[in-house]
Amino acid sequence: MNESAAATVVGYVAESLATYGRDPRHLLQHLIRIQSRFSFVPDAAVEALAEALGVTRTQVRAAIAFYAFLHARPRGAFEIRFSDNITDRMLGNQRLLRLLASRLRLDGLPGWGHDLIRADGRVSIGLASCTGMCDQGPALLVNGQAVTNLDAGRIDRIADLVEEGVALAHWPGELFRVSSNIRRRGLLLSNAATDGAALRRLLDDGAQAALAEVERSGLRGRGGAGFTTALKWRFCREAPGTERYVVCNADEGEPGTFKDRVLLTDYADLVCEGMTVCAGVIGARRGFIYLRGEYRYLLPHLEAVLSRRRGDGLLGRAILGREGFDFDIEIHLGAGAYICGEESALIESLEGKRGVTRKRPPFPVTSGFDDQPTVVNNVETFLAAARVVQWGGYWLRGEGTDQSAGSKILSVSGDCARPGIYEYPFGTPIHQVLTDCGAESVQAVQISGAAGRTLAPADFDRIIAFEDLPTAGSFMVFGQNRDLLDMVRNFAAFFAHESCGFCTPCRVGGALLRNLVEKVAAGQGSEYDLTEMRHIGAVMRRASYCGLGHTAPNHVLDTLDKVPEIYRRRLASQTHTPSFDLDAALSEARALTGRTDSGATLHETMEAMT
Amino acid sequence: MAARIRVATASLCGCFGCHMSLLDIDERFLDLVERVDLDRTPLTDIKTFGDCDLALVEGGVANVENVEVLLEIRRRCKILVAFGACAVNGGIPAMRNQVSLGECLRESYMNGIGLERPGIPNDPEIPLLLDRVHPIHEVVAVDHVLPGCPPSADAIWTFLSALLDGRPIDYAYTQIHYD
Repeated sequence: MNESAAATVVGYVAESLATYGRDPRHLLQHLIRIQSRFSFVPDAAVEALAEALGVTRTQVRAAIAFYAFLHARPRGAFEIRFSDNITDRMLGNQRLLRLLASRLRLDGLPGWGHDLIRADGRVSIGLASCTGMCDQGPALLVNGQAVTNLDAGRIDRIADLVEEGVALAHWPGELFRVSSNIRRRGLLLSNAATDGAALRRLLDDGAQAALAEVERSGLRGRGGAGFTTALKWRFCREAPGTERYVVCNADEGEPGTFKDRVLLTDYADLVCEGMTVCAGVIGARRGFIYLRGEYRYLLPHLEAVLSRRRGDGLLGRAILGREGFDFDIEIHLGAGAYICGEESALIESLEGKRGVTRKRPPFPVTSGFDDQPTVVNNVETFLAAARVVQWGGYWLRGEGTDQSAGSKILSVSGDCARPGIYEYPFGTPIHQVLTDCGAESVQAVQISGAAGRTLAPADFDRIIAFEDLPTAGSFMVFGQNRDLLDMVRNFAAFFAHESCGFCTPCRVGGALLRNLVEKVAAGQGSEYDLTEMRHIGAVMRRASYCGLGHTAPNHVLDTLDKVPEIYRRRLASQTHTPSFDLDAALSEARALTGRTDSGATLHETMEAMT
Repeated sequence: MAARIRVATASLCGCFGCHMSLLDIDERFLDLVERVDLDRTPLTDIKTFGDCDLALVEGGVANVENVEVLLEIRRRCKILVAFGACAVNGGIPAMRNQVSLGECLRESYMNGIGLERPGIPNDPEIPLLLDRVHPIHEVVAVDHVLPGCPPSADAIWTFLSALLDGRPIDYAYTQIHYD
């Protein structure tokens, strides 16, 4: 980089520092801005940030290396990332990826951690984990902005816009249109209206009464784990600390989940209201929405909602005129790291660090953001909590099962006529969801995302509830004509890519599983490999450090149990097959020595093995 | 007392250190040979395998001969043991995986110091090299690993005596602790 370019970088960093401050916990937010300005984080920016924030260069570089959307080397002026969830693949994203690459004169295909970058620096193409547009895929991100419903026509237009160098702000708006696709409304979705009613109830009846309503409702966390919300709030309220924090987990990274995107689009007021109610109950003055980088396009909308609420006296100092009730919400962006959906990794990321999970206990309720008591709840949980405080605990209890009060919002995608958002009372059987979304001849349902469980038709009478099938909301449908091994390959690659690398069982186990799945898919696997997959999966479940590693082998273990034929029909005949092509491993030596004698091949040996 | 079991050993791409360590079990060899018959092993200099119960394989897989011996031994034995670090994970010879085979051979046979007649050997008598050195489990199924570089005589004895007695193999901490 020449001196003037470095000066530009330093100038931009200074501007970012002046606007957003020098709190080292804002490191990630500065990096995201620098990345989007320069298509990478130049060394000069690393130096300037390290100096200004009082962190080491290594910390800055570690963050850049950790987050998939940050780069130490330039990407294209147009940085394009194809969403590569299995649902995108089922909708034909591979064909469109090849089409765009050839239109832009790029050779080959991108892989995980390997982007195609055009020599003139105009454009680069890479992959992204599920971008949460499964009901309107295939999708991609261009400079962080989501483009949906890709087809050959749209790919052509994108290629033209890139070649003509049209600034993103001048691209046709219809490319960026995102639909909510709400197909079934229940308790929460049937009414988006809010006028601060929950906050008034809180102020009229007091925090104890509000907490009692949440307790009465039996509300449990909607992020998947299902911890009792009232208990979480109470623990946080009672934990010793100098400050308390409310964090909304909008890092909706689980493949196949997109309901939080819709909630933040159409119900953002209620989500903020839920956060503010929580703040009133636990005594917090600051809150954060941790918004996944893929949903960056929602930022202006969310900022507008926050600003309107400030104007209406629903956020900020002395909320609704009550002296001493001060609370405000900041939005922090993620940068493409699935692990940051785990609450302790999310907090690390909020603090500007790599999103590596913390050891628990202590749990965030006693030692969260800045080591202070912190409530981290899912978007949907805050939405439900706002209504519970407004309408009372019994309102939620009116639907659901013994241990699962209320409703669950599902993101339905895959092989069905009407993908989108469906809200059901807990206790709804799988087959009803399938009927409603127009799914016929279903081979399998993957519930709760890549980390969730694979359901075969024998499971379709089971119900969505914490007692039976807990789910964070992802519901991917696979028709009879699909090869489920494609799903397994996609998820195995996803987990190998998304492991944070901190613990060996997950980092190494994930890579081994991916390699074994690929070996089987290539027709080179054996029974021995299937046994190895079970063995590695069991170790990952038992020995991984956090939930990512615990759940990463689910899809392999479930499909080995329920649909073993997807593996078996591809096995080579032997009970054990080498992990590499024995004869091909000799080709380099054959070329170096020029040997053609019988001792220079392993063909016969390999034939004798079969 | 169970019937005598038949044991083979082989050294692939290793240094024979594991076999030397096996000899270090000293007088316990006398107990061992009361319970086992030796098949092909460098200790007996028998050149061909018979059907065996147990085989200890030292060394990784680096060339055609290693592959052929390993496949043969796997066919012939019931229980196959990766014996020592090279068999378990490639060990020292696998350090050549850091460079390409071409670079490796050119450095040794073309550009090395004091070479009289530079040239990469191509005699058919010399087993052709694989492009990388592999641990044996990447070629055949392995039933047990016996770790160490080399495994100590005590570790070997713990392993063999437990296996022969049908007990779980339970190494003392010091037997698998290397620093």
